[in-house]
Amino acid sequence: MTEASAVETDAVVARVQEAFGDRIRAAGVDYDQPWFVVARADLRALAAFLRDDPALRFTRLVDLCGVDYLTAGPALPHDARFEVVVHLHSFPLRRWARIRVPVPEDDPVVPSLTPEWPAANWFEREAYDMFGIRFTDHPDLTRILTPDDWEVHPLRKDFQPPREPHEWSFNPEEWQKAVQRGS
Amino acid sequence: MAVEPVEAEVTVQDERLVLNMGPQHPSTHGVLRLVLELDGEVVVSCKPVIGYLHTGFEKTFEAKNYHQGVTLTDRMDYLSPLSNNLAYALAVETLLGVEIPERATVARVILAELTRLASHLVWLGTQAMDLGAMSVFLYCFRERERILDIFEMCSGQRMMTSYIRPGGLAMDLPEGFEEAVREILALMPARIDEYEDLLTRNEIWRDRTIGIGRLSLADALSHGVTGPNLRASGGDFDLRRDHPYCGYEQYDFTVIVGSRGDVYERYLVRIREMRESLKIIRQALDRLPGGPYVTADRKVAFPPRAELATSMEALIHHFKLATEGYRVPAGQVYTAIESPRGELGIYLVADGSARPYRLHVRAPSFASLQALPVIARGGLVADLVAIIGSLDPVMGEVDR
Amino acid sequence: MPAVLFSRLADWGRSQSLWPMTFGLACCAIEMMATAASRYDVARFGSELFRSSPRQSDLMIVSGRVSHKMAPVVKHLYDQMPHPKWVIAMGDCASCGGIFNNYAILQGVDKIIPVDVYVPGCPPRPEALIDGIIKLQKKIAAQGSEEGER
Repeated sequence: MTEASAVETDAVVARVQEAFGDRIRAAGVDYDQPWFVVARADLRALAAFLRDDPALRFTRLVDLCGVDYLTAGPALPHDARFEVVVHLHSFPLRRWARIRVPVPEDDPVVPSLTPEWPAANWFEREAYDMFGIRFTDHPDLTRILTPDDWEVHPLRKDFQPPREPHEWSFNPEEWQKAVQRGS
Repeated sequence: MAVEPVEAEVTVQDERLVLNMGPQHPSTHGVLRLVLELDGEVVVSCKPVIGYLHTGFEKTFEAKNYHQGVTLTDRMDYLSPLSNNLAYALAVETLLGVEIPERATVARVILAELTRLASHLVWLGTQAMDLGAMSVFLYCFRERERILDIFEMCSGQRMMTSYIRPGGLAMDLPEGFEEAVREILALMPARIDEYEDLLTRNEIWRDRTIGIGRLSLADALSHGVTGPNLRASGGDFDLRRDHPYCGYEQYDFTVIVGSRGDVYERYLVRIREMRESLKIIRQALDRLPGGPYVTADRKVAFPPRAELATSMEALIHHFKLATEGYRVPAGQVYTAIESPRGELGIYLVADGSARPYRLHVRAPSFASLQALPVIARGGLVADLVAIIGSLDPVMGEVDR
Repeated sequence: MPAVLFSRLADWGRSQSLWPMTFGLACCAIEMMATAASRYDVARFGSELFRSSPRQSDLMIVSGRVSHKMAPVVKHLYDQMPHPKWVIAMGDCASCGGIFNNYAILQGVDKIIPVDVYVPGCPPRPEALIDGIIKLQKKIAAQGSEEGER
């Protein structure tokens, strides 16, 4: 685990593109982290490939979250509203890889990674809670952070509850009395 | 006249009891709720219910500019605020592409390791208190006060310092910092020996922790567990060594790895990590150079106050930074550090404006708690308290 | 006359033996623990024990941010405490929502339970919390026993 592999990050991208061809919608390397954009139908296959390929060995699921690109976001390689972003980590390569899956607004469903990656369980529940993205085959897709009876998805860009106005009151007589009391 | 005991012929029905533990409970380390299904004293299933401290940090980050966001980071993992500051600062600095001066980098290492010490002291104090060793709690907090004195000396605040910011440090290290840290270095080894004297070979402690709460390496890796919890199960992975940041590759320290994966092993790993932290602090302190404490890039760092009286440019920079904030070029990065709890990651999506477009925090306790049902199943309900303490969850970062 | 003396004695006794409930929510809870620990030692002020059960405590120190999911629990715990009972809102989040004016956090615990003393700070120093406790002690000793019925 402590020996860095000789495979460069560019070679990681090349290897994946060789195996998946057109199914990789976009790919690149940013800050030494390879990233791939795939359709949701290919998510499980790509994750399994990254995990099982003997030169890659991205065996650890680090993080899974959603992103809402509704408002003017960075230039995107797709036009879906949401993305599910998965970060995997490889011990021998000592790198993280990012898989980005576009999720359309009218059908926010993505295959769940939980059956093969138990670590994804709560992360997917959080993505469901915060964005409303549903994960098929998830053992328990319920809200995890917000109260169970809430129906909103707070991290969506169009969820902007009003800031609660605070009422401030200042009573000069009370203030004078307090000053005289010395407290 | 002796009475012979008679074998009672009572058939006990198999009854499952559903017990609720928390969210207000003395030993759940915060507002954690566990729904337990018990068969007698044995835990059949344990379902953590979280969200009682959900604060909407990630949404709030999107509403604040990058400079304001630093104060939010302190309050997530509230036992190691400087670690959160550091992870955030590193993520923003990666996208900004600014050069951080050496003094700030070394100071960050010292502060991060002091934070690790302070956090482990709280862990040890509360875990010991949960298992009945009240004195250890008082001793640990006594030492922790000394470390908090140093944080207060640097930033004015004991806990939520917001001292490590994108660009460097909030202000220069104060005079007397080095002496104060050296005092801690002189004091701590004997104190850690004291804690070990009380616990490590204590029969009651060993009975309550050895063999309890086993987490296998395979389960730890598959559930995303990191940090001391993973290392106690045999996972040889520490971000300070394997993904070095802030110059950690220059320091000589051992990554403590256990094998048994039980509560006792997690205790030993953290105690030994405290000693390694002292080693790192000593090396960093010897290496601490003079010089600037913040980047020279005036588009990011506030100008020194003295310049505001003489330089128009400095005044304009100050104004723009205070009102609008600096803009971070568009891009995405995932940065992770080794917080006292494990891999604390920040996934930052920037869109070129002064506010993060999306800032997701990968909290190590979130993943560790996911493994709790696996660890607790089949154990006794009385051991749950020891197990939860040994995982060291902080609900502020679990719920964000 | 003896009744008045007795009730004043009772008020003084209550003020000097406040038993808080272990109710730490977030960061302020750590400062509350520091207040109870060696250097600041809140036991000097009568809070020798932090009782875990609301039924055995008379002071609830709400230390930390109260989320909407936690709010019914706080109310439930407050209702379970026997009279006379008092509440200290420790920290900015418990007092007014603090730095979190957003969808998730209750803007002050006084929206659901009556608060006697507000201790500002983020988090308040242990000395500040002790100052709050002393203020509460004065308040309890000064008012009549019938005020305890709330």
